Amino acid sequence: MRIDLNEIQHWIKQDSCILDLGCGDGTLLKFLIDTKQVKGYGLEIDAEQINLCIDKGLNVIEQNLDRGLGNFADNSFDTVLMTQALQTLHFPHKVLEEMLRVGKECIVTFPNFGHWKARYYLATRGRMPVSDLLPYEWYNTPNIHFCTFNDFEVLCREMKIKVIHREVVNEVSGQFLKDAMPNLFGETAIYHLSK
Amino acid sequence: MPNSLPTSSVGFLHSVGIVTPQIIHFSEPLLLACGRTLHNYQLVYETYGALNANHSNAVLICHALSGHHHAAGFHSANDKRPGWWDAYIGPGKPIDTNKFFVVALNNIGGCHGSTGPASINPETGKAWGPDFPKLRVRDWVATQARLADALGINTWAAVIGGSLGGMQAMRWALEYPTRVRHCVVIASALKLSAQNIAFNETARQAIMSDPNFKEGRYLELNTLPRDGLAVARMIGHITYLSDFAMGEKFGRDLRKGSFDLGSDAPVEFQIESYLRHQGDSFANSFDANSYLLITKALDYFDLAREYGDDAVAAFKLAQAKFLVISFTTDWRFAPERSHEIVNALVGANKAVTYAEIESQFGHDAFLLPDQRYQQVFARYLNGVSESCV
Repeated sequence: MRIDLNEIQHWIKQDSCILDLGCGDGTLLKFLIDTKQVKGYGLEIDAEQINLCIDKGLNVIEQNLDRGLGNFADNSFDTVLMTQALQTLHFPHKVLEEMLRVGKECIVTFPNFGHWKARYYLATRGRMPVSDLLPYEWYNTPNIHFCTFNDFEVLCREMKIKVIHREVVNEVSGQFLKDAMPNLFGETAIYHLSK
Repeated sequence: MPNSLPTSSVGFLHSVGIVTPQIIHFSEPLLLACGRTLHNYQLVYETYGALNANHSNAVLICHALSGHHHAAGFHSANDKRPGWWDAYIGPGKPIDTNKFFVVALNNIGGCHGSTGPASINPETGKAWGPDFPKLRVRDWVATQARLADALGINTWAAVIGGSLGGMQAMRWALEYPTRVRHCVVIASALKLSAQNIAFNETARQAIMSDPNFKEGRYLELNTLPRDGLAVARMIGHITYLSDFAMGEKFGRDLRKGSFDLGSDAPVEFQIESYLRHQGDSFANSFDANSYLLITKALDYFDLAREYGDDAVAAFKLAQAKFLVISFTTDWRFAPERSHEIVNALVGANKAVTYAEIESQFGHDAFLLPDQRYQQVFARYLNGVSESCV
């Protein structure tokens, strides 16, 4: 399982009610159902990913996050999750606001565009970074709203969002450096938020 | 499977083959929602596949406005067309007859063999005609439950329906919560919109204004309101297709005549001829009183009416898991209507999966082959079959 998903489980309570935005193939939701007996729904727009969720017997709802979460009531979920989807949204700040309305707590993970490799790539080649984690060219990438850890911190302050936990995880290298300088050496951020 | 079967038919390899309708009589009185009682009635139905030892793999197919019991396979080797949902029912198809025992019936009030307005009223010895009791969706569900009893089916693995059939499936989940494990609701709605009722009323007026309608007693007078019924079907048919689908299929192509200067030969567009053909063939196979009765049942349906108009409160009664499917260009039962179903199910904390299928074919898409629709349907039902123990 992706390293950010592994970390998230510590913040999910037993038997809680979960909404997973951009749930992908449902790996995390299935894992949380199996290990924490959560109940919940995943929202997804990709047809093949929806099929994989159906194969797992998950409650998957085809819904475009950019159309908002207006169909979900205030505080109707214990936790609203969104892993590695923030950067694909047209209106990330509005979706965040909606997540905090619908969920008592939220968990958001996203790739750090301030990672040294991205900075190095841009600085030396003068071109938009392409890496194993973010393998797209600028014109075909689904990731249209990149941010750094620092950018996200600023957004949380501006939106008066409470940060319950923040974690930085690296898939492979830089385990030590990431703790010292997360915005330069951290690959993936995990934020646990509430209103 | 005999070799003489019509092999030219699409996907005959995966056909249930030749099927024979069966008839079952009920003499236990049925109290209808309108307050009247039907003392005797019969249902015509077909089954495909085999019921397993625990009777846990039965699937009910609920038909829509113009549907009937012949959902799959062929009635004879010379049959040109298979049942109306043959694209989805058969060995290896989404409703896989290798796994499920599929039951498809003609609802009462219909005109394909089950008791309806064209049947003889035993009290008068004449056709019921306009005197046939008004029906609501719950009446169909009640008769379907009796059919289930008669077939030894306590719990359906799934109740499945498109359009008006989806309304029956949802009503099943509320009326008999312990008898439905999965409810599949396709291109349907919690209730019809005003626009939908308007289309239905226009169709009904077309029938009733036909001089041969004779206040609904046309059978006694040995006539038929064919023209009115044909127009009713034409109106319906337009609303089942999308603007795009009609444009693609017919465009402004001419069947007859031309617009050449100096030519006054009558011009006929392909779409005109197609619609008339649809109307005429429907008028030869459908009973006008059934059409009136069934469209009224559609109009009256409102899943949440008796639950304080609160669909969330209604669905709280359900124990089934739901699969809801809609089609992007369906403007008769638009995706928004399915969103309402899904949102109410989420509000009631019920298990639901929802897919919005990209299709050009409007409401009719629910009957037509479509790769993604088939995948979603097949994968969901595969999970259902695995739980049939």
